[in-house]
Amino acid sequence: MIPEKIHVEIVTPERRVLSRDVEEVILPGAEGLFGVRPGHAPFLAALGPGVGTVRGEGREEIVAIGGGFAEVLPDRVIVLAETCEKAEEIDPARAEEKARELADELRRPAPPEDLEVIRLRMLKHLARVRAAHRG
Amino acid sequence: MANNIREYRRRIKSVRNTAQLTRAMKMVSAAKLRRAQEKMMAARPYAAALRRALAEVARRADPSLHPLLVQRPERTIDLLVVTSDKGLCGAFNVNILKAAEAFRREKIAAGVDVQLTLIGRKGIEYFKVRPDVPIRARYPEISREIGHALARKFAEEEEARFVGGETDAVYVAFNEFKSAISQRVVVQPLFPLANLAIEDAGEFHREGVDFLYEPEPRELLDGLLSRFASFQLYHALLESSAAEHAARMAAMDNATRNAEEMIDKLTLVMNRIRQASITTEIIEVVSGAQALD
Repeated sequence: MIPEKIHVEIVTPERRVLSRDVEEVILPGAEGLFGVRPGHAPFLAALGPGVGTVRGEGREEIVAIGGGFAEVLPDRVIVLAETCEKAEEIDPARAEEKARELADELRRPAPPEDLEVIRLRMLKHLARVRAAHRG
Repeated sequence: MANNIREYRRRIKSVRNTAQLTRAMKMVSAAKLRRAQEKMMAARPYAAALRRALAEVARRADPSLHPLLVQRPERTIDLLVVTSDKGLCGAFNVNILKAAEAFRREKIAAGVDVQLTLIGRKGIEYFKVRPDVPIRARYPEISREIGHALARKFAEEEEARFVGGETDAVYVAFNEFKSAISQRVVVQPLFPLANLAIEDAGEFHREGVDFLYEPEPRELLDGLLSRFASFQLYHALLESSAAEHAARMAAMDNATRNAEEMIDKLTLVMNRIRQASITTEIIEVVSGAQALD
């Protein structure tokens, strides 16, 4: 039996960002975007920094996710995000500035592991910019 | 006599000011404690979800052989000591530093090299006069930025050291918040990971449900365990922060009470002196009048 709705819950170590029944969830998997609808096969995925979309009851919510994990069951999705903000909570101008600063930093010579850290941080801020513009 | 009374009046006023100050500080600490407790509550859903996800992956990738869980003989270890930045919180810092010292002595006696990482200004000040104690890193003034990002930074650094073999174990010494009136010092292992408590995530163990994994369970396990470590450290920082505010609240409450007692005592003495001086004056007047008769 396929349930009609899925309960989505997005939690970070600092708060519960979102908890509601929806029809569709799209998440930024580490290996690409994936969508979840009611009745999805059990699935555990790593999430990269990116934009998540939650659709239901005629309402669409956009969130910026800074990496984490998602646990998908036929009737629920639990997102363990390292950081997560709703689009309306983000100041796009500041996020863009941060992303630009980090992009500049990337051009400077540094050990590869440091560059990787900076790159990830830049991707997080880029995701925030995109989320803010879509929200 | 009159001078004496003025002196007492001044002292009472100053003690009263102190009492006002400590009372205000107690109130501020109470508010901060409430906020710290809220933060701890807010972390619970994440903790539960993380445990469940770990339990799920642990069914597919045996965590017992994972490098982050393997016990090694200890030759050199890291000890993170969490103190407060500010004082006026009773025995809060003394207790933690004493425990850290005892732990360090014990390890050294066992032939283990101990590297300290000091989180919080009070710990740094304490070890400033102890040049014989090797300090690996100092993080003063962090109480305002306590958050998951900070814990993650510390945990990642320690994880790299542990995996790279620079340290054989990592411990955290912090004050645990037991209640508003009691704190307990704990020295908890951070690496190798302990207290995974995968077994008690039973509710989720549904036989026959086969998960799809992306990426491989092994890789997922890496990520989840690493998050688990950060979260444990985050939790320790929150505990310490709640315990600090609770300790300060109690200390300020005591101080206020002492100040009030002092005011009572001083007032009593002052009144006695005043009474004595009035009596003397009356006697003088009366004996003066009698002399005229």
